[in-house]
Amino acid sequence: MMQEKSWRPWALLSPALTAVFFFLVVPTLFVIVYSFWLRAPTGQDIPAFQFGNYAKFFADMFYPSLLLRTIRVALEAVALSLLMGYIPAYFFAKTESRHKNMLIILILLPFWVSFIIRAMSWINILGDTGLINFILLKLHLISAPLSMLYNEGSVLMGLVQFLLPFMILNIYVSLEGIDKNLVPAAKSLGCTEWQAFKEVTLPLSLPGVSAGSLLVFVLAAGTYLPPMILGGPQNMMMANMVFKRVIGTLDWPFGSAISVILLGLIGLIVYAYNRYLGISQIFKSMQ
Amino acid sequence: MLKIKGWSLIRFYTILVYIWMFAPIAVVIILSFNPQQFGTFPMEGFSFKWYGDLFHNRTIIMAFKNSMILGSLTAILTTAIGIPAAMAFIRYEFPGKNTLNTLLLAPIMIPEVVLGVSLLLFLRWLQQPKSFLLLLIGHCVLTLPYVLLVVQARLVSIKRSYEEASLTLGAGPFQTFKEVTLPLLTPAIMAGMLFSFSISFDDVTATLFWATAQSQTVPVKIFAMLRNNISPEINALGAVMIVLTISIPLLAGYLARRFSRRLE
Repeated sequence: MMQEKSWRPWALLSPALTAVFFFLVVPTLFVIVYSFWLRAPTGQDIPAFQFGNYAKFFADMFYPSLLLRTIRVALEAVALSLLMGYIPAYFFAKTESRHKNMLIILILLPFWVSFIIRAMSWINILGDTGLINFILLKLHLISAPLSMLYNEGSVLMGLVQFLLPFMILNIYVSLEGIDKNLVPAAKSLGCTEWQAFKEVTLPLSLPGVSAGSLLVFVLAAGTYLPPMILGGPQNMMMANMVFKRVIGTLDWPFGSAISVILLGLIGLIVYAYNRYLGISQIFKSMQ
Repeated sequence: MLKIKGWSLIRFYTILVYIWMFAPIAVVIILSFNPQQFGTFPMEGFSFKWYGDLFHNRTIIMAFKNSMILGSLTAILTTAIGIPAAMAFIRYEFPGKNTLNTLLLAPIMIPEVVLGVSLLLFLRWLQQPKSFLLLLIGHCVLTLPYVLLVVQARLVSIKRSYEEASLTLGAGPFQTFKEVTLPLLTPAIMAGMLFSFSISFDDVTATLFWATAQSQTVPVKIFAMLRNNISPEINALGAVMIVLTISIPLLAGYLARRFSRRLE
């Protein structure tokens, strides 16, 4: 009945579309255009069409190694959040506790806490005078504080702290969607508990696993804060370099080129995922 | 027997994950009461000293005010443009629907630094100085996808038949929206506003690009303070933020439940 007025959805959409067009699409095109511009020695940006900024990126190993590190850290974040997230998600899906919803809300609660506070607090935990060293020293297990901060491990702690809820939710939604009769059926046909999990539950939860992995990879690849707060100069990632070039040295064209490369990496991953698995799964768990 | 053992292992593992998730939050709150100069272990004594300092720190109070205003305006604006868009996607069929929906959700996938650079470049091209308006626009772009997701999910669960009944009974589409859809949508609107407020309130990365010295927000202020050292004052500020940001959704959830009970 409502479909007859075909102008109506467009009227409803127009504020959102206008905002996104002017403040997202057009500015992103600007970044792409700017990445071909020249930067004069005087600091001015000169309109041009040349690939100098990209050539500079790939001229030596410094910038490409930043790109490789970004990919590696993002993959590590995916692996870690799978390792830490699958079992809790399984627990939420299978528990018969009356407080199931409370438990799920509880694991999502840190999500509401400012990310910068959660990230910085790892300094309180991992630092030389932090919680872990304090306990280990008190127990005389070590004689000098362990150095656990400002390396890739501490960056990953902060990163996964932020990303784990995304992974847990995606896997949980997928596990919840599995027909409850399948596992008992498999067991009545002679499967052990473990076999039933391996042959039935695990394969059927893979859509959630892959959606969660994509989301975690994409968010991790674009990350800025954890390397800044919990990493050293050797842990810088692509986003940090964008900031450094644009705000630090005001080299807009080169900063734009790094942005485009980062965007390209993410676009490639999302495109491949969409091609083979379909993107709609990603947004399902967020609802 | 084996089954019980496996399940208790799963439960134990889950508890460990909870501890890991909550440890940083607990530690911030504990250390904020540390009277010493350096906010570290071991703790000697207990004091509200740093909270007192916090309330006398003018720049932090300013940042707090900025964050509150920015978050509230972002929540109102984003919800105002997000709800009609969600209505269009759930209640109508039109060409290019899926593509547009993906486009509007895209900012979730775009790294914040890229959003930060792009909007700033646009502003540079327009030859405008950074301003509060830039922050507001940026935060709306940042939070719009989340509002859309929340409101769309709710709309799907509201049966079309209510709206259709209202229309057959002679109400116009606007009246139907106002008197049928909107009240049913209230929880989603609350959730969407809350979501966008808290994302705006927490944002650091993009805000670092957009904020001016006058329009600093609390997280940006914390980020600047971290450059020097992790002081007990940061922990106190962190604790205040934790209590605030956790209590707001809990309070809203409680109010929404009471409100809906009264309606029935």
